[in-house]
Amino acid sequence: MGSSMAENHPVGFQWVVEARERGTKVLHVDPRFSRTSAMADMWVPLRAGSDIVFLGALIHYVLENEKDFREYVVNYTNASILVRDDFRDTEDLDGLFSGWNEDAKMYKTDSWAYKGSPLKDVTNSGKTGGHAKDRGGEKLQENIYEQDLTLQNPRCIYQVLKRHFARYTPELVERTCGVPQDVFLKLARTFCSASGPDKTAAICYAVGWTQHSDGVQIIRAASILQLLLGNIGRPGGGILALRGHASIQGSTDIPTLYDILPGYMPMPLFAEDADNLAAYFNHHKTKTGWWNNFDKYFVSLMKAYYGDAAAKENDFGFTFLPRVTGDHSHQGYWIQMADGNVEGLFVMGQNPAVGGPHSRMERKAMAKLKWLVVRDMVEVETASFWLDSPEVGRGELNPEEIDTEVFLFPAAGHTEKGGCFTNTQRLNQFHEKAVDPPGDARSETWFIYHLGRRLKERARKDQRPRNAGLNALTWDYSTEGANAEPVVEEVLQEINGRTLKDGKLVAGFRDLKADGSTSCGCWIYSGIFPKPDENVARKREPRDFYGHGWGFAWPADRRILYNRASARPDGRPWSERKKLIWWDENKKEWTGFDVPDFTVNKSPDYRPPENAEGDDALGGDKPFIMNAEGLSRLYVPSGLKDGPLPTHYEPLESPIRNPVYPAQQVDPGANRLERPDNQYANSPDERFPYVATTYRLTEHHTAGGMSRYLSHLCELQPEFFCEISPELAKQVGVEHRGWVTIVTARGIVEARAMVTSRMPPIHLNGQTVHQVGLPYHWGYKGLVKGDSANDLLALSEEPNVRIMESKALLCNVFPGRRERGPRALKQLENAMRQPTRRRMVAQ
Amino acid sequence: MSVTAFLTDSTLCIGCKACEVACKEWNQVPADGFDFRALSYDNTGSLGHSTWRHVKFVENGAVPGFGGNASEVFSWGFSSDVCKHCANAGCLEACPTGAIVRTEFGGVYIQPDVCNGCGYCVVCCPFGVVERRPEDGRAFKCTFCYDRQKEGLEPACATACPTESIKFGEIEHLRDTARERVRDLEEKGFDDVNLYDPTDTSVGGIHAFFIVRGDPKTYNLPPKPEVPTTYLKKGWMSAGIAAAAMVAGAFLAFTGSSDR
Repeated sequence: MGSSMAENHPVGFQWVVEARERGTKVLHVDPRFSRTSAMADMWVPLRAGSDIVFLGALIHYVLENEKDFREYVVNYTNASILVRDDFRDTEDLDGLFSGWNEDAKMYKTDSWAYKGSPLKDVTNSGKTGGHAKDRGGEKLQENIYEQDLTLQNPRCIYQVLKRHFARYTPELVERTCGVPQDVFLKLARTFCSASGPDKTAAICYAVGWTQHSDGVQIIRAASILQLLLGNIGRPGGGILALRGHASIQGSTDIPTLYDILPGYMPMPLFAEDADNLAAYFNHHKTKTGWWNNFDKYFVSLMKAYYGDAAAKENDFGFTFLPRVTGDHSHQGYWIQMADGNVEGLFVMGQNPAVGGPHSRMERKAMAKLKWLVVRDMVEVETASFWLDSPEVGRGELNPEEIDTEVFLFPAAGHTEKGGCFTNTQRLNQFHEKAVDPPGDARSETWFIYHLGRRLKERARKDQRPRNAGLNALTWDYSTEGANAEPVVEEVLQEINGRTLKDGKLVAGFRDLKADGSTSCGCWIYSGIFPKPDENVARKREPRDFYGHGWGFAWPADRRILYNRASARPDGRPWSERKKLIWWDENKKEWTGFDVPDFTVNKSPDYRPPENAEGDDALGGDKPFIMNAEGLSRLYVPSGLKDGPLPTHYEPLESPIRNPVYPAQQVDPGANRLERPDNQYANSPDERFPYVATTYRLTEHHTAGGMSRYLSHLCELQPEFFCEISPELAKQVGVEHRGWVTIVTARGIVEARAMVTSRMPPIHLNGQTVHQVGLPYHWGYKGLVKGDSANDLLALSEEPNVRIMESKALLCNVFPGRRERGPRALKQLENAMRQPTRRRMVAQ
Repeated sequence: MSVTAFLTDSTLCIGCKACEVACKEWNQVPADGFDFRALSYDNTGSLGHSTWRHVKFVENGAVPGFGGNASEVFSWGFSSDVCKHCANAGCLEACPTGAIVRTEFGGVYIQPDVCNGCGYCVVCCPFGVVERRPEDGRAFKCTFCYDRQKEGLEPACATACPTESIKFGEIEHLRDTARERVRDLEEKGFDDVNLYDPTDTSVGGIHAFFIVRGDPKTYNLPPKPEVPTTYLKKGWMSAGIAAAAMVAGAFLAFTGSSDR
């Protein structure tokens, strides 16, 4: 669900094909019959944006029929824990949880906590994003709670869950998702029958889930389902986030995100964290569980960044770090840019002029910049927005009046530089340079290193306090070759970490200290380069089924996270067929096929002494060591911004009112960022009667910067098309291969019509919902050109991670091409103004 | 040198077209034009002078509740077509310059430096594989990656295929693999699986087999491919009979008239 794996991850999909050959059932739930559905045993089309109803009904099915893996659920999840007496569910409050503050548009989350659990006093300004360890302000910090292991107490999470998902019935699925009940039940039976001690099932998702206004909660719903079925921490199980392209996983681990530091540590906030390291630790360190080590990882990071300049006396350089002062997410800073508040922008590995949400607005925003640096292998649309964007043709931008100075730097391709990729399964693989880049093309490492070097030279001559961090920064990598490329192995060694006294590389993150005696660039990668001649990421000698010996899977080369859950509480495997790690009573240690995600000599019957801290505070049967209570969370007591349980809300634009909670149409925490240049359709809206959803095709790469310039790929999908059903084609009055114009409240594009029964209309309660599929690969440069589907999106923010909603919006479709020049804007205005009159067909 | 072959198993094909691209990259074949043909997801149309691997997309209508590869229904088929490298190759027989040769691997190879562009091979291919490039008139088709095979490498398409839908190997071994695969699929409940390996025709067997669901014709695979030269005997015989009849007629005419 939420992904078309064969389409977008064809190389990874070979393993799905192989599994299918061995008898695995492949189920695909997706509005569109894609190449993935073509390889699946079952395909279930649903209305875009109704995922939580579908998943909620699966959860309901499991609970109602007691299909849950009870021993796993009782021992390894928080099902037995009681919630506080003042917690109120959406069932009681018409679609909202307790704690909602209508003025601040956010939740006060105290009432969501476990009963009897002491809470940290953490105020959450709501500014930060949710990518970090505690999603920006977790209050729970100790494994103290009340519980009922019989799961009978009405306030225990198992019972809360039962009540919460009671309305997610097959009948609701039929009415809301448009999936017939018998089809849903067939899928539910198939999925549940593949789980238990002897079997596991995996769920693969991608941005088809994340890019929704309630994306995080969709994934939460999948987590609940997988935990109830005992499919986490076990071979063949899991929820697999298929990442979009090479090393996107790596770019969250060692982030290009504004709200986190390497290893999922939160970026300090301006107000809450101020300049006080102790307060910052208080916010983010937990008393029990693995994050008790937070300070060790943080101080080691500061030592890697600032070397000797990070000392105990100056809080290890804590004040050198920039602070989060507002919403600096992509959507947030682009709004700022549109308002003229951003001076300059570096664009690397991205092509926002056609790849960003509401790219029409983004192109116009770039005209407000003073300078723009684009690094790419070709002159992508972003670098030439000032000259040949549609807005120039439409008279919205005039090249002569744009002051933005654009610098285009040629970039080296991946074969032209050495370095690492971290992929979906957290596997880091080192790759060698095959050829030198042509001409002035250089690697990112080169660019960043030499830019930093030059900035440091300037800062050295200007000792103002604002430059203190830059002056303190260690920036002493060796360079090699005629182009003075930095030696990337040195960077990887810095990431691995060292003991500072003797400069020796550390063996792993267990060696890191909070006293400033160690350095480490990213604690979860520690162990990747444990000896000067041992680059684990470069290893290519797989020893076993799980691939140990090939690359490095963080953390500690574990191939399956939380793998303690692959064994029973007493340490024996759940079954012979699904055994992964187990307790060896003779050697008194955990052993097996994977590196145990557990303290190796902590026996299953270990019980923590009173007042124990950190990992010692968790018993030998608590596999989820990152959580303060050592249990996985069916219900999230703190950390999420839009509720402890997934709840169905409609997309920000929807063809129907929310049938689950009529009083609450959309996710209460979602931010529409609504303004004249970022408008929305109503829900429903006569002007925009159809649902649109965007996606990718195998033949192209994201916004096309790496594929629309290659003739061998262009010829495979030469034109922007939209996929519509024969029924919709008839309604619109267009034939296969004909032209259509697609309009939303933000933009207007033209596309060729791909009329196909693979994009069927959805039937809800007698209402027919047509869906329009839009691959978003095209733009105004390259060998093949076309309008960008991203012009149609809104800039919007999911509450936890602030991602935009690109997978469910409202549009209208007209026959024929769009108007040229300024007339296109007139056409858009007209579409916004006039309600479409449905033509009555005379009998 | 052993005789080699392709086995293209469309039940494993995910329609990614990596074979098309890998073929063009390795053999430096130019793009075929940017035409939105929209034959489902196929925009390169067919095999030709600049498309030596071609993935055909066949839509049969999607049925909710059944995936395309469910045994009950067959909704979106992909199959990668290629030169069949016939044992008795029409193109090779027709070539007057000797440009088309049989390699030590059993493949049929057009030597581009010998081809004079006469085009006889084009009409003599029972599968419509060979085509002349408009720029210089010479004929082109799959080389069976002769250069790679000589170095002990697999053809580029088979190497690039992520799902092992395109298999490459020794011909008899591959034929066994194909039969075993069909049996296996039939056991799994796929009752419409066909192995395309016409042996009892004048092409005398092919070096590229296909496993498809449904009628092979759907994927441009003719049920009974014939080498055009098989019609020669019949043609010459008809001509002979006609000539003999004419001679006899003329003879009769003359003898007859002298009688009168």
